[in-house]
Amino acid sequence: MSKRIWIIRDYMRCSGCRRCEIACSLSHEGKIWPEASCIRIFAPFPGLEVPHLCVQCDDYPCVEACPADALSVDEKTGAVIVDKEKCTGCGVCVEACPGKIPYMHPTENYAVICDLCGGKPKCVEVCSEAGYNALRLSDDPGINKKVHAVEPEVTAKDLAVNLFGEKGEEVI
Amino acid sequence: MPRGYVGRFLEVDLTREKIEEKRIPEETLYQYFGGRGLAAKVLWDRLGRKWSSVDPLGPENILTVLTGPLTGFHPGSRICISGKSPLSNGTVGATASTEFAVELKCAGYDGIFVTGKASSPVYLLITDDGCEIMDASHIWGKTCEETIKILNAEVKRILTERKPRIGLWREPSMVYIGPAGENLVRTAAVLTKLVHAAGYGGYGAVMGSKNLKAIVAKGRGPLPDTAAPKTFEILLNEYHRRLISRTRMRQWGTGYAGYSVGANSSSEPVRNWQEEWHDEKSIAGPRYSARFWVKPYWADFNCTLNCMKISCIKSGRWKGDITDMPDYELEAYCGTNLGIFNPEDNVHMSALVDNLGLSGINTANTMGFAAELYQRGILTKEDLGFELKWGDAEAFTKLANLIVKREKIGDVLAEGTYRAALKISEMKGIDVTKYAVHVKGIEVGAHGIRSGKDFHDIYYAANVQGGDHTSPAADPSPKDAGVWTELNAAFADSAVFCMFTVVPDLVWELTYAVTGWRITEEEWCREQGRRIITLQRVLLLLGGPDISWTPEKDDDNPDRFYEPLPTGPYKGKAAEKPVVERKKKEYYKAMGWDERGIPTEKELQRLGLKDMEEEVKKLRKH
Repeated sequence: MSKRIWIIRDYMRCSGCRRCEIACSLSHEGKIWPEASCIRIFAPFPGLEVPHLCVQCDDYPCVEACPADALSVDEKTGAVIVDKEKCTGCGVCVEACPGKIPYMHPTENYAVICDLCGGKPKCVEVCSEAGYNALRLSDDPGINKKVHAVEPEVTAKDLAVNLFGEKGEEVI
Repeated sequence: MPRGYVGRFLEVDLTREKIEEKRIPEETLYQYFGGRGLAAKVLWDRLGRKWSSVDPLGPENILTVLTGPLTGFHPGSRICISGKSPLSNGTVGATASTEFAVELKCAGYDGIFVTGKASSPVYLLITDDGCEIMDASHIWGKTCEETIKILNAEVKRILTERKPRIGLWREPSMVYIGPAGENLVRTAAVLTKLVHAAGYGGYGAVMGSKNLKAIVAKGRGPLPDTAAPKTFEILLNEYHRRLISRTRMRQWGTGYAGYSVGANSSSEPVRNWQEEWHDEKSIAGPRYSARFWVKPYWADFNCTLNCMKISCIKSGRWKGDITDMPDYELEAYCGTNLGIFNPEDNVHMSALVDNLGLSGINTANTMGFAAELYQRGILTKEDLGFELKWGDAEAFTKLANLIVKREKIGDVLAEGTYRAALKISEMKGIDVTKYAVHVKGIEVGAHGIRSGKDFHDIYYAANVQGGDHTSPAADPSPKDAGVWTELNAAFADSAVFCMFTVVPDLVWELTYAVTGWRITEEEWCREQGRRIITLQRVLLLLGGPDISWTPEKDDDNPDRFYEPLPTGPYKGKAAEKPVVERKKKEYYKAMGWDERGIPTEKELQRLGLKDMEEEVKKLRKH
């Protein structure tokens, strides 16, 4: 029986190359489509790249909140699976998510949430191939996972100070 | 329509506030691709017959902001800015790495042609819903850093208000100008991502002349379809494997060159090229990394080469300055060329030019020129208001600000090195043009030719983009194969991707997989590449209205390159006039140009440029 997995992230190691988005959208959409990728790299200021993707909370508030019963948890991986037929694109899951991570597909009427590629996430593969390891796979993220479920600007403000010192207080 | 393109361009007339969509025939795209080549073609078609009367800083000039078919697909995504250059009076394809190019394509446009002049400061906002002209009066006068901060927040707010239910909007991407462009400094750049500049050509001033502060794009669509999706994916993965294996570049970016160019090949500008060698050898990478690199991993869209490193000064007088690395060119120009051998001052100067919206290469060339005039007692404390000694970063900071504000001697230096040299010669009654290190109005990049170990005889002298080091002129015949020349550059700048990420044995396959065009390097070098260079050559020689070039006089190196190197391992070496003359003639001939370097009627015909013959005939008579 396979264990549940999580994608853990190291913001300081994200170069912003966005090959994760390219790999993700090529795999899910058959084309390069950054805004349809399940992982999106935010950058509220140049240099402050923040990978934003599902953290698989223990309590799955998005699944709980979905009024259309379109979200479920994959038993094998723990990923949130969107039933594209049932999803009405209402946006309730976005509001329910502490990090506002789900978002609407640019052209279709359903929410986009990371499905962990069924257990072998493409984003992690390409990130590790490049030696960045900003994204890594773990079967035990410990207590940290929900810490990442914040809006990217919150993370970026901290990163700014980490990178730029006092100057970082004023860049966002 | 070939793949790789969206198939739509925007035409924005700022005078009439009119925005239209435009299509370009496939045949034209095949002949010119995009970016630099397409810009030259459109400029010729629309302004060619009156070229010499078009003021580059007047409303008639066309600012082109173009992607190419490989943009987004080839690692290292760039945008190409062009137009009639206020420095060379020809055209330059100035590129900068940025996600803006990808956002533009995802919003549904291959590029933008901007004409006219807005009645008050504006920016363009481009989304999936089209293009809008937005008020920019609140950001006019702001530094680049402020501009990014304000526009990021503003555009995110606007988009969220318009479509609140889609989830979090990501930041847009933008190209913009700083105060330098607004004040029509001829060496002003069009910038992006805080630290990237489309520098050569002076297009920041062209944007400024149109009252255009920025172009902001946010697209939610996909990149266009590719011709052979499976092949494309395989090639892309192989491309990345190759890039990831380039350890030196990934570790140091171009910053390693501060050592190798300065100390080994002895071809780095030192104190306005009075020398090209320095014994303070450790100006390069390692002296920056431990103290200033806060992020050693930084890249642009679809690039794993990772050649950028973010530097930040966290203490002392320049606290809070942010730049990338600097790369080799600014290590040299904002460093050794100003007599600065201290990494901290170098990071500061680099951050300063980025924030003011100056092209670091070009403006720091002008500042080095001014400092040499000060050294020789030609410019004085009275002209400047302060002393201007080599290595004094405080003084060069003041000078950069004078240039941007066009105050005192800054108003003259804001005209770029060549025009400033003409003016100062007149002011002082002494010929100072011999200290101006430029070719056809464009300041020379940080690779010298005198040692013979780096760049060579006619790389700049015959270059259609003047001193632009990224596009060196060289005999197009196969014996030079393997050397990066203007024909390679014309491809990278027209397909629009970064020159550092090319994998030569894969790039034509990738071009096929994306566009569906079976084109070989041989064909490009015989047809498209030559067509673009020849077209640019004609526009450059048509020149005007304030300056025009004559091949006999101006297809040449700066005087300084004929002075023997005074120091270093190649002491005594200099460019040799007879060799330059001979190579020039060989180059003209190989390009299908006459003995004066004017394209022949036969060659124009061969390249499908017969409609230029009438104008070119006038050049032949001169």
